[in-house]
Amino acid sequence: MTLALSNTEALRGAAKVSQSEAKAIPGVKAIPAADWLATLRAGLLKAAKQVATVLLPPIVVLALALLLWQIATSHQGASLPSPTKIWAEASDLIASPFFNNGPQDIGLGWRVLVSLERVAYGFGLAAVFGVLLGAIVGQSQWAMRGLDPIFQVLRTVPPLAWLPLSLAAFRDANPSAIFVIFITAIWPIIINTAVGIRNIPQDYRNVAAVLRLNQLEFFWRIMIPSAAPYIFTGLRIGVGLSWLAIVAAEMLTGGVGIGFFIWDAWNSSRLSDIIVALTYIGLVGFMLDRVIAFVAKLATRGTQAA
Amino acid sequence: MHLDRPFLKLEQVDKSFDRGGVTSVVLKGIDLSVDKGEFISIIGHSGCGKSTMMNLIAGLTRVTSGVVLLENKEVNAPGPDRAVVFQNHSLLPWLTVYENVRIGVDKVFSRTKSRSQRHDWTLHKLDLVQMSHAKDKRPSEISGGMKQRVGIARALAMEPKVLLMDEPFGALDALTRAHLQDSIMAIHAQLRNTAIMITHDVDEAVLLSDRIVMMTNGPEAHIGEILTVPLARPRRRLELVADPQYIRCRKAVLKFLYERRRFVEAAA
Repeated sequence: MTLALSNTEALRGAAKVSQSEAKAIPGVKAIPAADWLATLRAGLLKAAKQVATVLLPPIVVLALALLLWQIATSHQGASLPSPTKIWAEASDLIASPFFNNGPQDIGLGWRVLVSLERVAYGFGLAAVFGVLLGAIVGQSQWAMRGLDPIFQVLRTVPPLAWLPLSLAAFRDANPSAIFVIFITAIWPIIINTAVGIRNIPQDYRNVAAVLRLNQLEFFWRIMIPSAAPYIFTGLRIGVGLSWLAIVAAEMLTGGVGIGFFIWDAWNSSRLSDIIVALTYIGLVGFMLDRVIAFVAKLATRGTQAA
Repeated sequence: MHLDRPFLKLEQVDKSFDRGGVTSVVLKGIDLSVDKGEFISIIGHSGCGKSTMMNLIAGLTRVTSGVVLLENKEVNAPGPDRAVVFQNHSLLPWLTVYENVRIGVDKVFSRTKSRSQRHDWTLHKLDLVQMSHAKDKRPSEISGGMKQRVGIARALAMEPKVLLMDEPFGALDALTRAHLQDSIMAIHAQLRNTAIMITHDVDEAVLLSDRIVMMTNGPEAHIGEILTVPLARPRRRLELVADPQYIRCRKAVLKFLYERRRFVEAAA
């Protein structure tokens, strides 16, 4: 009883303090403790509601999809595994992505990381060369006339069609896979960069001309910032294509990546593992896209002409 | 500084553009001499080649024939000695107000001023246009008039021999425009810089200029008349409204523009 009383007193004291503090700031109305709690509760409720409106629809749809899937595949002799069967057979892959039980028995997290490393090399190279080539094509009429038709033809070649050639050239699986990523991702980066640079307003070019900026200064101080929104669109498409290509390339080149894991699982009829791996690939691809979008948002802050 | 020849000189300048095999002559036989420290306005109807003339002086386009001379040297490329205040401010949106001015300062004074001197110089020019309070803002965060102020600061910071202004206040409302005109007059009084301004506003031309260059209508536009504005400086816009000289100059410019217009309409 005394404890309860002292608690209320403490609360009152706190309310008093907050009141006096509030008074110190002119124009801020003092809020009694009870009201303050009510606003907090209302705020929490509002936040919860917002989370619910964002998360609830996908959760409901996902649950329905899983249910339908379960119903469709639970009969005897179904060709594909049901969700419950997947959980029973592959729960270790789902629950612990980073186990390591020897050379070919490792968690999917490790495999994804190996694939991501290849993507990082291939996509990184594609970003650097793509922006440079795009800048040349965008800046020079002659380069555009010469290179654009070649680019337009080459970009339609499917990623895997490059693989035999690159295997012949590099004589090793890993650089070949990286090359396939590179050649897949570079086209949208080149094309978008070139469009971005061709769209640099004449005003900015005039400013650069009056300032007598040299080629390098023009590249860093005008071209890149001005074309940044276009460049990042290219990078975003490029990273998506890289992730599409790596899985296919790894299926053929072998090794440790997530692509090879799927091929290996198919060869030993572990369909549940394949479905888990697909989920991983989807989630990682989604995250890659979001990362580039986030970087783009940071980098292009303030570049919108007013 | 008195040279045998004037400070800036355009001699028999022609400019034509080729578009799809059709040659159109925009400017024909332009002769103009500008003294050091003079404030010149170029006025004319739209499409008369005012901006082309400015681009020729700036070096952004090349003359077809004739020559533009600045201190007896031929102008054939753009450069910071002929800094331009562009019509639509042309600030780089990814740089702050300070950085937009500093980029020019760094370029022009890379050898002659130390880093801290360049910093002070930049701030001083922003002070001159009363924009130092917004130095860390981006162009998208300030008003149109403020942007144009920064554009003027950027141009002044390059310490140009000639300050070129291409309808600098065209996109601004009347009050902001008047405010900026006063600023320009104050800066001109302080720095005594040579300035050429393109405008289509008669009052603005009379208020600011030592001489007003009136262009005939294109194609083949040329200088129709040059009017000397004999008003003493400093000029105050409220006092000028009733000044007989001011009224006379204003009338002369209006008459030129109006009669040429009518002439063209009659010919069409």
